[in-house]
Amino acid sequence: MTDGIAKQIRRVILDQSMRAHVGHIGSALSIADIIAALYGGLLRVRDPKDPKRDRFVLGKGHAMLAVYAAFFLRGWLSQDELNTYCGDGSMLGVHPEYGLRGVDFASGSLGQGLSMAAGAALAARLQRSPRRAFALLSDAECDEGSVWEAVMFAAHHKLANLIAIVDLNGQQALGYTDQVLSLQPMAERWRAFGWDVHEVDGHNVAALQETVTGLDTSAGPPHVLIARTTFGKGVSFMEGKIKWHYWPMSDAEYRQAVQEIEAKP
Amino acid sequence: MRKAFVETLTELAARDPRILLLTGDLGYLALEPFADAHPSQFLNVGVAEQNMVGLATGLAEADFIPFVYSIVPFAVLRPYEFIRNGPIQHRLPVRIVGVGGGLEYGTNGLSHYGLEDVAVMRTQPGITVIAPADSGQTRSAVAATWNLPGPIYYRLGKDDKAVVPGLDGRFELGKVQRLREGSELLLIAMGSVATEAATAAQELTARGVSCSLVIVASVSPAPADELAGLLARHPVALTVEAHYRVGGIGSLVAEVIAERGLRCQLVRCGVGSLPNGITGSQRYLHHLYGLSAEKLVETAMTAVRRDKL
Repeated sequence: MTDGIAKQIRRVILDQSMRAHVGHIGSALSIADIIAALYGGLLRVRDPKDPKRDRFVLGKGHAMLAVYAAFFLRGWLSQDELNTYCGDGSMLGVHPEYGLRGVDFASGSLGQGLSMAAGAALAARLQRSPRRAFALLSDAECDEGSVWEAVMFAAHHKLANLIAIVDLNGQQALGYTDQVLSLQPMAERWRAFGWDVHEVDGHNVAALQETVTGLDTSAGPPHVLIARTTFGKGVSFMEGKIKWHYWPMSDAEYRQAVQEIEAKP
Repeated sequence: MRKAFVETLTELAARDPRILLLTGDLGYLALEPFADAHPSQFLNVGVAEQNMVGLATGLAEADFIPFVYSIVPFAVLRPYEFIRNGPIQHRLPVRIVGVGGGLEYGTNGLSHYGLEDVAVMRTQPGITVIAPADSGQTRSAVAATWNLPGPIYYRLGKDDKAVVPGLDGRFELGKVQRLREGSELLLIAMGSVATEAATAAQELTARGVSCSLVIVASVSPAPADELAGLLARHPVALTVEAHYRVGGIGSLVAEVIAERGLRCQLVRCGVGSLPNGITGSQRYLHHLYGLSAEKLVETAMTAVRRDKL
């Protein structure tokens, strides 16, 4: 069922990027399955205004289109609202705006999301609430020193209700992470800081959900899923290609991309 | 001011469990009364100010009122973008508490001075900026504002004993506090250097200069109308702040004069050059940068004489 959600998310990413003629397509496709896993069941959010809901921060705010797609599929955005993406006067910009239904925290500046999620997790603990805080980071976001401030804090305070997911696609805006600023071994780094580390296939929705469901979020260290992903996943000519960080699609590229997405189960 | 702040917050925290105090590992011999009284509302997050502000944003979203504490540049400048994208963008009640505004950390050098904090904070929409002049005013300012919606920046002095004569702990948001009424010269002071301005005003009066003295502690919202009224009836105004001349209350007053088309000669007293390569006590540095009472009197006398030519 959730695999179907991922497919729908990918279709929305393509349609809206084409309609608005904007980029960040590869980054959004990279997290489509993670977002499907989160909004397809993992996040305990019945009403996005309920104080008792789980919190979610998209550290890599530039991939927000994948989350708008999930909001649409959850019924928090209408098709008409979705169609304002990147339009004049819209609340749906490239990066999430605080105030839009479903957005717990705005983002756009890399390296700030995990701290806010850690604050949300700490708030839940102080209020003795079982709610959890999720943060989805890009791998190159971990270039930012502030990420590691939050990593240290969460481990020291054993924020078991904090779940980070790293979208390990090995790419950043201008190059491959191994060439720009090496992040390897990613899992070892988090483990060395005291986190409970799980290496997972970031495109396997069922595996992602099973991993998160198995976490002890009541006591112990914070958790991180190092999710191996392919940048541009699902569209052959985008996969692993740097240019699709910023590039918008031509009509022909859009048609081919849709065909490929729709051909998959 | 530090002691007054901590005492006030300790009292408030006893009544309101939403109040939290986070420190970036600073506040030795200052924060202990709060930490001892409310251990579950106190947290030393380590030397990590960006994370501290990010945490506070997450806490405030869940109804807490976090106060984050450090020395001015570490509280404001290091995590500035976190403040902008966090409590300001989210309109959340995070309180940034910077201690040691101006040159109070004297011999510690530029890294510890707070000379542009008011400038950068007052550019941001939706944040209340408060710079009390002494301990009494700190108490009343914190008591009057701690529960306001949206973020607040408190710029505090380190000195617990200094008192601005006649201020008597007065504070009102969006208002100035009037200490002396005259007609020839208007002195406008912000922060703990107001004690120097008060001494200067006394000396100027003794020398026959009829001068007014007001304190601006509510920087944002700015007391623009009240300042305009005062500026309109003084030929010369002198702003006094331990801050760079650009961006602080000197600039604020210049904006009021220009936007209202007032005919008032403005002299901005503040730090006009990079305070680097020379050290000393706050007293020494105030003198060096023209902020000691003695230097303020000299500057004021020159301005008043020039006006009379």
